[in-house]
Amino acid sequence: MLELTNATAVSRREIPALAADAFRSALGDALRGGARLGALFGREGAAGEAILTAVVNDDGVGASRVVEARVRGGYPSLTSEWPEAQAFERELFEETGVVPEGHPWLKPLRFPPRPGGEGAASIPGAYPYFAVEGEEVHEVAVGPVHAGVIEPGHFRFQCHGERVLHLEIQLGWQHRGVEELLRGGPTKRTLSIVETIAGDTTIGHAIAHCELLEALSGGVAPPRAQALRGVALELERLANHVGDLGALAGDVGFLPSASFLGRLRAEFLNATAEICGSRFGRGLLVPGGVRFDVGSEAAAALAVRVEKAVRSVQAAADLFFDAPSVRGRTDGVGVVAPALAASLGLVGPAARACGLARDVRRDHPSGIYRFAYLPAVLAQHGDVFSRAWIRLLEAERSAAFVAQQLRSLPGGPVRVALGSLAPDRLALSLVEGWRGEICHVALTGADGRFERYDVTDPSVHNWLGLAMALRGEQISDFPLCNKSFNLSYAGHDL
Amino acid sequence: MSLLDILRVRAREGRQTVAYPDGPVKLPERFRGRPTLDASRCPDGCERCAEACPTDAVGPLGAGAGGVGLDLGRCLFCADCVEACPEGAIAFTRDFRLAARTRGALVVQRDEALLAEALGQKLRELFGRSLKLREVCAGGCNGCEAELNACGNIQFDMGRFGIQWVASPRHADGLVLTGPVTENMRDALLRTYEAIPAPKLVIAVGACAISGGPFRGSPAVRDGVGDLLPVDLWLPGCPPHPLTFLDGVLRLLGRVQGGREAEIVRLPQATSESRAAAGALKGR
Ligand code: SF4
Repeated sequence: MLELTNATAVSRREIPALAADAFRSALGDALRGGARLGALFGREGAAGEAILTAVVNDDGVGASRVVEARVRGGYPSLTSEWPEAQAFERELFEETGVVPEGHPWLKPLRFPPRPGGEGAASIPGAYPYFAVEGEEVHEVAVGPVHAGVIEPGHFRFQCHGERVLHLEIQLGWQHRGVEELLRGGPTKRTLSIVETIAGDTTIGHAIAHCELLEALSGGVAPPRAQALRGVALELERLANHVGDLGALAGDVGFLPSASFLGRLRAEFLNATAEICGSRFGRGLLVPGGVRFDVGSEAAAALAVRVEKAVRSVQAAADLFFDAPSVRGRTDGVGVVAPALAASLGLVGPAARACGLARDVRRDHPSGIYRFAYLPAVLAQHGDVFSRAWIRLLEAERSAAFVAQQLRSLPGGPVRVALGSLAPDRLALSLVEGWRGEICHVALTGADGRFERYDVTDPSVHNWLGLAMALRGEQISDFPLCNKSFNLSYAGHDL
Repeated sequence: MSLLDILRVRAREGRQTVAYPDGPVKLPERFRGRPTLDASRCPDGCERCAEACPTDAVGPLGAGAGGVGLDLGRCLFCADCVEACPEGAIAFTRDFRLAARTRGALVVQRDEALLAEALGQKLRELFGRSLKLREVCAGGCNGCEAELNACGNIQFDMGRFGIQWVASPRHADGLVLTGPVTENMRDALLRTYEAIPAPKLVIAVGACAISGGPFRGSPAVRDGVGDLLPVDLWLPGCPPHPLTFLDGVLRLLGRVQGGREAEIVRLPQATSESRAAAGALKGR
């Protein structure tokens, strides 16, 4: 396997191309050695062959490795031994028809519409769900249209009384064809598409994309831009973590914290809007830097504002975490055991809540994170409480980081022009978004354009974690468990 | 923790609801609201804005139509055009009022406010004091959805006007659509609409729902609502600010009328450096 680090590019010619069995065993060795699967995708090769590309991220050594395979028809599945590969191999099968042999459940991932087909075949709902049989077993179906103002997806519960025996999560309703649209780029529209892969993670995906373009063109964003990118990424984390805490408070009916935190979330969105005009950071990132600078006075004022807001968050969150009724609803509910979390390949706060110390900012730092260290926060129990608690601790760390960066912004420009993209390269970019690891992989062709652009939102790793968290739980705890993960449908469906 | 602790935090937090529509609104200085065009500055044959715009929202309107136009239904408010324009003909104002009753009204050619007209008397009587809305996300990225959720929080508090999100379409007076309408959601969208009892309103929120937004042209989406549903109110943005939604719906209900002149804030002119940087990226 060829080694590369985050936010770099390698020549495609140097990537080893293995036979199917060797590919499987090389990946197996890497995963056994503690690396995680970061990306796996296929594309059409010559003469009826398919070419598979896999990237593993080795947190221990702070590097990634890439390997390719030429396969015809199929290859021995990874999922049978490494469940973390399950979604990737389903995607691969759905997109290329290559069969991961021995995959325990090769069900569709996104139901991309078939050419010319308006028929039921391309609609995610028309699908035989897993069913539990038994006299007192019943089934509950929710979605695609949910009760709240949220994205569509389908949850199918197999219940015995109130107890959930099995939850199947079927997605695909949000499929917009993101990766297809990115092929052949970059074009004038590329960045707008990237910013809306998951609209609540605009900064995370935009940084991944821009760092990837910088790696491909040999350009480097100026230090001041890198610091501002870090500020924006942590503000995005703050807004979402605080909003999620508020929503969790709402779900257990603890309304004071729900309303305080729901409002305080806006403080961080508005801080982002002070920098770039958009509460979601749209338009802030550009390849080669950032579009907007922040003057020193404005930066100082913003730092004070963020510090003040996070103090209010702490007060509102203390009420929440101290309330016995909240403890009762969150302690020991929706548990994902550490070993299970590791085998599913969970990322982000959902993984750290199970004691898995993985954080791209620490393990594969790029940009400002090479210079500014953010300690990873861990909890042990893998329950709703841990996932909530992690959110508060991370919010506190992020706020301190933002304030510190804003007070010590490096001088100089915030943007440089990039040259053209190098042809025949593979570039990798990892970012610790607020949900976890964002992974972008681009292959450029002979013309320096994207022959393939592969996006992995952290949600792809984590949705099965939610399904497992529900095993044996009361069905009424579903909204709470769901919120404690708060995964992206659009980011998954692409 | 005691009730006293809760009250203490409540006292510290104070009242947080925005003054709109009765008082002034505070928006960030760089907030990009309604864009304005000054087509008189456009040299003949210049298409720099069109070459830069990610969604082809701005540019010469084509033979016969005359001049340069900007389609707010496609606009992502990204300001790429401002940076590209050598003449400074395009600027963003901080005017958050962006509601229109027809798709056509979203194409602007100069500095003109967008103030949607109210519904007829009959519907106003029905919905004016109580409007229950069912939101359907059909490929939305969670940007629009997040801002719509914010409309219900204590800050924007649309509940003060009797406007509320409801879970069941049977309880709803109207449908709010976000997202470019994916092929996979089309069926669920239509069925939700059918389940809402008449008379019912349809509100299209965001560039995606109006025109497909960044996903326009993808075989997996339908480029927005098109003629799938009869739209009563169009709310551009990516995503529209919660105040844009609130303002649009209140105008539709006849509860806000007229309005102060928009404060025009021009973004800092692009420097030759930033233009070169932008050009190098776009040129490919
Ligand atoms: S209009 Fe923009 S914010 Fe709204 S759903 Fe579409 S991409 Fe997301």
